Amino acid sequence: MTRFIPPLVGVLLALFALWYIAVVPMNVQDTLTRAERAGVTVTPPSAVERRDTGALALVFGNTHALGESWSLDRPRLPAPHQVVAELYKSTVDEELNGRRGLARSGSLSTRGLLHHALITLNATALGFLIGTGLGILLAVGIVHSRVMEMSVMPWAIVSQTIPIVALAPMIIVVLYSVGVQGLLPKAVISAYLSFFPVVVGMVKGLRSPDSMQMDLMTTYSASTRDRLMKLRLPASTPYLFASLKIAIAASLVGAIVGELPVQKGGLGARMLAGSYYGQTAQIWAALIMAAALAAVLVWAIGAAERATLKRMGMAQ
Amino acid sequence: MTLILLALLLWAAGWTLNATLANGPARQSRAVHLAVPLIFGITLIAMWELITRGADVPTVILPPPSDIAVTFGNNLPMLWADFVQTILKGALSGYIIGNGAAFLTALLIDRSDYLRRGLLPLGNFMAALPIVGTAPILVMWFGFGWQSKAAVVVLMVYFPMLVNTVAGLSETTGMQRDLMKTYAASWSQTLTALRLPAALPFIFNGLKITTTLALVGAIVAEFFGSPTQGLGFRISTSIGQLDLALVWAAIVTAALAGTAFYGLVSLLEKRATFWHASQRKH
Repeated sequence: MTRFIPPLVGVLLALFALWYIAVVPMNVQDTLTRAERAGVTVTPPSAVERRDTGALALVFGNTHALGESWSLDRPRLPAPHQVVAELYKSTVDEELNGRRGLARSGSLSTRGLLHHALITLNATALGFLIGTGLGILLAVGIVHSRVMEMSVMPWAIVSQTIPIVALAPMIIVVLYSVGVQGLLPKAVISAYLSFFPVVVGMVKGLRSPDSMQMDLMTTYSASTRDRLMKLRLPASTPYLFASLKIAIAASLVGAIVGELPVQKGGLGARMLAGSYYGQTAQIWAALIMAAALAAVLVWAIGAAERATLKRMGMAQ
Repeated sequence: MTLILLALLLWAAGWTLNATLANGPARQSRAVHLAVPLIFGITLIAMWELITRGADVPTVILPPPSDIAVTFGNNLPMLWADFVQTILKGALSGYIIGNGAAFLTALLIDRSDYLRRGLLPLGNFMAALPIVGTAPILVMWFGFGWQSKAAVVVLMVYFPMLVNTVAGLSETTGMQRDLMKTYAASWSQTLTALRLPAALPFIFNGLKITTTLALVGAIVAEFFGSPTQGLGFRISTSIGQLDLALVWAAIVTAALAGTAFYGLVSLLEKRATFWHASQRKH
């Protein structure tokens, strides 16, 4: 582990440095407009001319007027510290000092990022549970029934090549028109996305016991049920966790995309709102929140995996 | 009501037929392996048709497949334009740029152990993130045209491809590399003669995973803003007009494109890695 940390820190520092540098040409138009209003002479002097000039040419022609690049109100590319400030403002600050924050009202502020992250997390978790449950059931069915395998498996594989997310807005709107709204429609999309990785992984896992082990079950005259419970399911655990990691990430993407068509909260809604109102820092903050959520979820499954496999004596 | 009964009967008949085929004497034959999923698919579509008509499901909720087929046929030129906009311009260009960049980065990382140890955990982490979320930002930067879609696709395909290529490049054994050393092979000779061929299965795995990601990226990015064509645009505007048949027709187009795209890459893989264990006939 320590082998990885110094290079990782180095690469991250390099990325942040690049980010700070990239902020200058990305925001140069706005910066120069503000500088001009403040009375600084910039070349070329009119905004129209500047619009037709390349960003790099503007940067090198006006090195004296770039001071505000990292502190614009609505930058095209916010600097890292602006994103961190926005994150702080919409989480800690909003909850502690906001009128509707946790400290004053006892519940998470509807304007804070935590509230939206929680909405997304709920949809993700519900969808993940539904998708994983159905996926395991279908995999068990496929392993035990030849007809089911031959009928369903090719379609399960083909469905992996289809951009399922395209269905998301339709599912939301259709379920909405039937009267189902709130958590469930988003969870349906999440479930749909997490379903197939689990099916494919579990079919592989349930088939992983070799013929020697299956023969042993036969000599014990084990029933199909016993084979499933005592050999196939335990043997499939590593495969299950590998698919669960993919499934939870897919589930989160499903929940976020599911939040786009109906603006009822969640990180996806937050991103879309930010994009409508030009609040770039808000989009970035939501994005980082989503990334943190993904990291925590995948990490949690990894931790569960390590603990389970260790208890089962299967850890490497 | 009779239509619904008919649907149930059809289901029973299809399933029985499949059961006899799958457990019958010809169950190992290619024809049966092709016929069973086909019968299953056709049964499902027929049931969908019968139930939507039998139960009078409003077309704004679920149109029958025949309506979708008719809409698809009537709007072929429009759907073709959408296909060109989303798949060829947005997804394909992003796919090529993203995978090419990832491949070059992998070669670069490969020469430096420091970079590999620094970038690989980062790449693994990024590959699990919901990168579609960058779509609104990129649409803001690159405008509503296909360029912003291609940019989203580049970001989406880059990290999975990077991780796969790096894994592939470290696939050779010490013995094989030692052999190259005794031949006094240079780095580039070792690369082209040994390590790239050994990495091909991984590279193709990355290419296959990223086909779907590319389409997802291109379509979702269109939800955040697009010119007046494209599959994502068609889906979101047709939903607004409650023209569900057209939505489904667009989804069918996306599905066909996705399957064809994936099939094409698999075909290439079969040609390029015919020697690999996973491609040999048992």
